[in-house]
Amino acid sequence: MTFLPIARTALVALRRDRASLALSFVLPIAFFSIFAAIFGNRHDTVPKVSVILVDEDQSTASHQLVKALQHEGSLSVSMRPTSDKGAAPSANYTAASAEAAVKAGDVSVALVIPRGWGDHPVAFGPDQGQAAPAIQLLYDASDVIAPQVVGGMLQKTAMTAMPVTMAEQGMKYTGKYIGGLTPQQQALMQSNLDQLRKIQAQPESAATASTASGSADFGGIIAVQNRSVIGENKNNNMISFYAAAIGVMFLLFTASGSSGALLDEAESGTLDRVLSSRITITGLLAGKLFFNTLLAFTQLVVMFLWGWAVFKLDFFSHIPGFIVMGLSTAVAVAAFGMLLASLCHTRAQLGALSTLVILMMSSIGGSMFPRYYMSESMQKAGLFTINAWAIDGFTKVFWRDLPISALWPQVSVLLAIAIVLFLFARRVARRWEYA
Amino acid sequence: MSSATIAAATSTAPLQVVSLVKRFGQVTAAGGISLDLQPGECLGLLGPNGAGKSTLIRAIVGRVIPDSGQVTVFGAPAGSPAARAALGWVPQELAIYPRLTAKENLRAFGSYYGLSGKPLHDAIAWCLQWAALEDRANDLTRTLSGGMKRRLNMAAGLIHQPKLVLMDEPTVGVDPQSRNRIFEMIEALREQGATIIYTTHYMEEAERLCDRIAIVDHGRIIALGTHQALIQESFGSRSEVLARFDGPAEAIAAWAASRSGRIVDSSAAFTIDHPTEIAGLLDSAASAGLQLVDVSLRRPNLESVFLHLTGRELRD
Repeated sequence: MTFLPIARTALVALRRDRASLALSFVLPIAFFSIFAAIFGNRHDTVPKVSVILVDEDQSTASHQLVKALQHEGSLSVSMRPTSDKGAAPSANYTAASAEAAVKAGDVSVALVIPRGWGDHPVAFGPDQGQAAPAIQLLYDASDVIAPQVVGGMLQKTAMTAMPVTMAEQGMKYTGKYIGGLTPQQQALMQSNLDQLRKIQAQPESAATASTASGSADFGGIIAVQNRSVIGENKNNNMISFYAAAIGVMFLLFTASGSSGALLDEAESGTLDRVLSSRITITGLLAGKLFFNTLLAFTQLVVMFLWGWAVFKLDFFSHIPGFIVMGLSTAVAVAAFGMLLASLCHTRAQLGALSTLVILMMSSIGGSMFPRYYMSESMQKAGLFTINAWAIDGFTKVFWRDLPISALWPQVSVLLAIAIVLFLFARRVARRWEYA
Repeated sequence: MSSATIAAATSTAPLQVVSLVKRFGQVTAAGGISLDLQPGECLGLLGPNGAGKSTLIRAIVGRVIPDSGQVTVFGAPAGSPAARAALGWVPQELAIYPRLTAKENLRAFGSYYGLSGKPLHDAIAWCLQWAALEDRANDLTRTLSGGMKRRLNMAAGLIHQPKLVLMDEPTVGVDPQSRNRIFEMIEALREQGATIIYTTHYMEEAERLCDRIAIVDHGRIIALGTHQALIQESFGSRSEVLARFDGPAEAIAAWAASRSGRIVDSSAAFTIDHPTEIAGLLDSAASAGLQLVDVSLRRPNLESVFLHLTGRELRD
């Protein structure tokens, strides 16, 4: 039983570092809770797909479709941009402004019902899609799910929300392809259609229809033309996302590990000695911040160069934006590492705390999976993380090809985070200043 | 002489400590320490572990803020930029960067004191030569022997050529050969006129290196003076008799106590005015049934002084 003394010693040592002990239990619980909240649908409803809807047709059929889509539970439909409180309501989206909104990343999908669509809303037969203009589905190719959801919901809604139109169009195609109905059949059909129109004219009928579940597979009854408005010329749509997402997560780990040198120096007495020279605690922390910022930025450069060399990421066309976002991210990450190291008393504590906080930030902030897969509340929670702002900024640069001026929200937030975290770290580090 | 005149006259003293008090919770690490240091002097702070030596050193360096009292270095308050520049601190711990070479360590600490260019280059060369590390200058510190690390630790404290050097137990954990090498380094430093405070709990070190010795216990200086003066004050012309007996330790201790003696390193120790008193002591021991193994007569040392003043051994 020679192993028992070893086990007992290890247990006693673990009990001495209570913070590490607590975190070793808190860590799995915290992660379980986060993943349950994101995927377990415990605190929120199923995430809605945001979609912009433009009705250029203004026909009876298009009105029915718009109304039905607005009542569709899985979609969050916007007809016009949200206006500030007290301001006059904004004008409805146009095809151009909807496309711009998708390009800017406001939504992943926009539907444009073109003029003339209502004349032949149902696409059927050999001339499918040519008899009338098709609905335009504009999408951001970085979101691989939303366009498919909206496309499917569009077909389902058409079938359940426009029964009269469907029947009329059905009769028309019957006449065209099989020679038409007898006068008695036509009279009977007309009578039923009148009845259907009365039902449809009643309030809430569209809502009732739209919520009816259609189990049949009606793919393609409405002609839809899918068009990627952003990312169509990109080599690989997710490379820039993952370069930023994974990069930021590991930057956080590196920064906290590197800042941990402070704890080593405090333990060895080197910190005391340094602080007895001309170096002040502020100077010391600033020096470490500067070094860790450069280290993090270099890591990002290496990661994006790797993306360029191996995955054909278009790195060299985005150098200015990369530098701006890279430095902003690096300084925020470095300040974060400084704060963690200042808060902890041992390397073991730092290891446990940094793992907890970084993995939480990375899962909520979109480093592990895109935030648009998450519920709205989780997406909002993500805004409290460095990851989310950094990823959004890099996405603007590499995916949306936006100019540097468009990065101001991300850069401002990251720099503000850096300043606040550094000042907090400086305050906590007073314990090293004097005895 | 007015107090202003006194202050002016002493303002250039390398070190002045006035009524220094520092408490850590319930523990009084410094309980009103006052101290003056003369230029070129080497003052030994002698005391057991936990006596308050390191707290005093750290207060001089400015790393401990006193609860009350004053510390000035060449007239500048401890911790001020002028005081920091004038001080060289060799901490008890190996406060050097293990992943840097010896030379890189010296360059780092030199730059922390604002050195650069040729002055820094010259200072590094002097430190390497002084610490006899020239041939290991480019080796990683973690690959150096314990003694070499100690010497580098000392050299890093002298890189900016301070006027006052504080050495906090620089020989802790080194073998006798390395210790001798460190003594030689300190003696070389003294020859160059450096003012030094040297803390230790080894009386031999204090006797060998220091002009004056301050004996520290429980946060106070309980005696201050030259080696000879301290012994003279405590013992006058008296000597110590150490007698070793065969027999139960309790019986030996009881007999020693009955003759105003004490037990030191398993021997019964007595202070006597004249060597003729030895015969009487031995007769008494024989009467008590103790069998003498050996007996010696010696002049008291600093350890005897400490024991005399505190009733405890220096290394308790």
